[in-house]
Amino acid sequence: MSTDLTRRTAAETAAAIAGREVSAVEVAQAHLDRIAAVDDRLHAFLHVDSEGALAQAARVDAGEVAGPLAGVPLALKDVLCTEGVPTTVGSKMLEGWRPPYDATVTARLKAAGVVILGKTNMDEFAMGSSTEHSAYGPTHNPWDLTRIPGGSGGGSAAAVAAYEAPLAVGTDTGGSIRQPAAVTGTIGVKPTYGGVSRYGLVAFSSSLDQAGPCARTVLDAALLHAVIAGHDPADSTSIDAPVPPVVEAARQGASGEGLAGLRVGVVRELSGEGYATGVQERFDEAVELLRGLGAEVREVSCPHFGYALAAYYLIAPSEASSNLARFDGVRYGLRVGDDGSRSLEEVTALTRGRGFGAEVKRRIVLGTYALSSGYYDAYYGQAQKVRTLITRDFTSAFEQVDVLVSPAAPTVAFPLGDKLADPLAMYRQDLATIPSNLYGGPAMSLPCGLSDGLPVGLQIMAPTMRDELLYRVGAAFEAARPAPVPPLSWES
Amino acid sequence: MTYETDLQEFEPVLGLETHVELGTASKMFCSCATAFGAEPNTQTCPVCLGLPGALPVVNAQAIESTVRIGLALHCTIASWCRFARKNYFYPDMPKNFQTSQYDEPLCSDGYLDVEVPVEGGAPETVRIPIERVHLEEDTGKSLHVGGATGRIHGASHSLVDYNRAGIPLVEIVTRPVTGTGTRPAEVAKAYVTALRDLLRGLDVSDVRMEQGSMRCDVNVSLNRPGEPWGTRSETKNVNSLRSVERAVRSEVERQAGRLRAGERIVQETRHFSEATGSSSPGRSKEEATDYRYFPEPDLVPVAPDPAWVARLRDALPEPPAERRRRLVDQLGLPELDAQAMVNAGVLDLVLATVEAGAPAGEARNWWLQTLAQAANTAGVEPAELPITPAQVARLAALVAEGTLTAGLARQVAEGVLAGEGEPDEVVAGRGLAVVSDEGALGEAVDAAIAAQPGVADKVRGGKVQAVGALVGAVMKATRGQADASVVRRLLLERLGVEG
Repeated sequence: MSTDLTRRTAAETAAAIAGREVSAVEVAQAHLDRIAAVDDRLHAFLHVDSEGALAQAARVDAGEVAGPLAGVPLALKDVLCTEGVPTTVGSKMLEGWRPPYDATVTARLKAAGVVILGKTNMDEFAMGSSTEHSAYGPTHNPWDLTRIPGGSGGGSAAAVAAYEAPLAVGTDTGGSIRQPAAVTGTIGVKPTYGGVSRYGLVAFSSSLDQAGPCARTVLDAALLHAVIAGHDPADSTSIDAPVPPVVEAARQGASGEGLAGLRVGVVRELSGEGYATGVQERFDEAVELLRGLGAEVREVSCPHFGYALAAYYLIAPSEASSNLARFDGVRYGLRVGDDGSRSLEEVTALTRGRGFGAEVKRRIVLGTYALSSGYYDAYYGQAQKVRTLITRDFTSAFEQVDVLVSPAAPTVAFPLGDKLADPLAMYRQDLATIPSNLYGGPAMSLPCGLSDGLPVGLQIMAPTMRDELLYRVGAAFEAARPAPVPPLSWES
Repeated sequence: MTYETDLQEFEPVLGLETHVELGTASKMFCSCATAFGAEPNTQTCPVCLGLPGALPVVNAQAIESTVRIGLALHCTIASWCRFARKNYFYPDMPKNFQTSQYDEPLCSDGYLDVEVPVEGGAPETVRIPIERVHLEEDTGKSLHVGGATGRIHGASHSLVDYNRAGIPLVEIVTRPVTGTGTRPAEVAKAYVTALRDLLRGLDVSDVRMEQGSMRCDVNVSLNRPGEPWGTRSETKNVNSLRSVERAVRSEVERQAGRLRAGERIVQETRHFSEATGSSSPGRSKEEATDYRYFPEPDLVPVAPDPAWVARLRDALPEPPAERRRRLVDQLGLPELDAQAMVNAGVLDLVLATVEAGAPAGEARNWWLQTLAQAANTAGVEPAELPITPAQVARLAALVAEGTLTAGLARQVAEGVLAGEGEPDEVVAGRGLAVVSDEGALGEAVDAAIAAQPGVADKVRGGKVQAVGALVGAVMKATRGQADASVVRRLLLERLGVEG
């Protein structure tokens, strides 16, 4: 175990605190110091809650809260409500807004004794793949500060990769946990839709949004998954069933017993054109490694995956256009131009004009158009049909294999600013991750090597409510090929 | 031109949309209370305020109430349906979309048979076809301050109370109602009345039109016989039974006038004024909002279990019309009397008064005479008077036990209507009980004889009927509180005459 408290895994830290080798307050302070030392260059955090973190750590030390992750620090994506602590969703629209309530995820973390260090940077309203669409400036990739950390959850991934926190929570609508994990060399999991409560998660696209864990090891991700998952009566779409045995599966995978008998499908449609050569090479090696671990590998075709991106960019903006309508300057957040001379419509228009960034506006306009009378059937209706076909692709694939694999992102981290002028190129970052959101099944990205010195992610996809399969395969893979460690040369 | 000639020249087509706030203890999608009249914005939470991140959860009681309404209206209950978002911007709608139902209503294709009063004859039964019954959430309430009209135009600022936001609202929509001939206004009023009685019988809402827990939108179009239906207008928020009738009437007159002048009818929303009984134009539907309906992704579909629906159907209360017929038979009320009570809108009140313990004849007289008059004077329906059947039964009981005379009882009723409390409180408060203490009356009797010696002599002389003038004087002196027969006996005794 490292003597540097920030280098330890969450499991190690929890054990050390439980064994009274170190106090939760010392652990929290070490991470707050780390954030103070490096975050001016990374900008992973939008808000650091030192006071709240130290108070929660003190409660753990006093024995007031216990649990498998008691005292472990965590970075929370700024899309999840935290009572009394700013929640901006990366937008000027909610600058300074302090929610009067905790998201269910937040409440579960607090009840488990997890120490929330602060809120992490993100693309505004979770719309983006680079964190450059944050209204508060981009986050930098710890592997290379001139590059993007992925998005929308780039802040969470960067915080974990740079040892600012051993754990983070992200949200994944089209890949916002997995693509940042891929390009920062961390583990990111999108659980089964309905597996983790969305109550208090500021909605982007309600039928796709799902919160999940970010970590540096598969076991840590599983431990966090187990804390935040489970039925919530406050979320109608929450699944009323036991949480899949993710921690047991992670331990089983790491036990060295291999993957004999496991059937792995390589998705034919998630390779080739659009995927960088270096990414494809690492992926092919990863498949060989799985075969070496005893898995039975075969190619599987999912013929409708080619339409996933198009369907996603109708469904997600449509829902967003409605979800974001509440930001009108009337009840909370930004209000512009209310000087007594303007009408309600003018104040709403000025507020939304000033409060939303370009990408958010683009998607609101797109979604409003797709839902409008006369176009609904051609766009939103058609996209829902494609969604059904993609779900069928998954269900028939899972009749042949236990899990599917693909590269998690088509490229390694690209330079900041590289794709800002080309939204479609940015959207293509989520080519491989979107199908699981449309289907609702769980998926993980974990590191499978480097290309040009930058991390490449392996994506594992499983049937709905079989999240444990991700952890078994992921942990076995991780044991055979440990994740690369970022050089962090910029620190010295 | 008169309304009557309008309806000889044109055929009306009606459509009625009725919004009913359900009487559930909590709101449609959260656990906030629903009590009427609470301090503004005290019955709210992140869900009904539409705060970022908050999510709805369906109120099971509201689903049950809506299914029961659908069953009572002979509707088909959907085996699977979804909520939908109706998107438009308005500050009293916290999310800027209303969670409603669109193409998948919970209940569809039913009907309601209503009895339309006929002057001097038996009521006519008209079948009103019901298109759909669906469930949605109410909006908040805006108060526009500083303008002349109370509407947003011209107001200096607006206040919003979100207590009402999220209260479950059932919308009951008729199919176009044709063939109402010369009586569209009466049919519309009879329908809303029957619907109100049905909902009250189901105990799903307090259906208080004056508090807005039942609100009606009235659609009217006119066409000449043999021509296609005309363009319709929609008169919003018609908030009393009388206004339903008046709204139809004024819209028939307005449209007939325009059509006759060769003008066209604009498809528009009109606002009804209770004060003037007429409507003024609102938003034109020709620049209609596109609501961009789509299935609500935050809620799972509703799939009522057929066995549960069957149990609800079996447990429905007796329909009001049938109940009425049964009680009229049981009480032995003559057919004509029952019709008169239907026409006056008091039959249910009479039956309820009988159920509260009054003899049928007494109950009938109270509602058909004294209270019908009071309602007419106040310009409201008898049911809207601030007196309950139980209070009327108590008045009848006070007369029966001799505490009040019929005349005193009418004074007590006035007191109850004026908000002076329960009948017994009014009796005490106004000091209205019958004075039957002969000692107390003796003084008044002596005074009356002394004041009119001529009359007294006539009586002594054998003209016994002349005593009436003395009785009247005593009654006046005792403010009607004396029992007249006792007064008469005492007078005759004093004057030494045999009654």
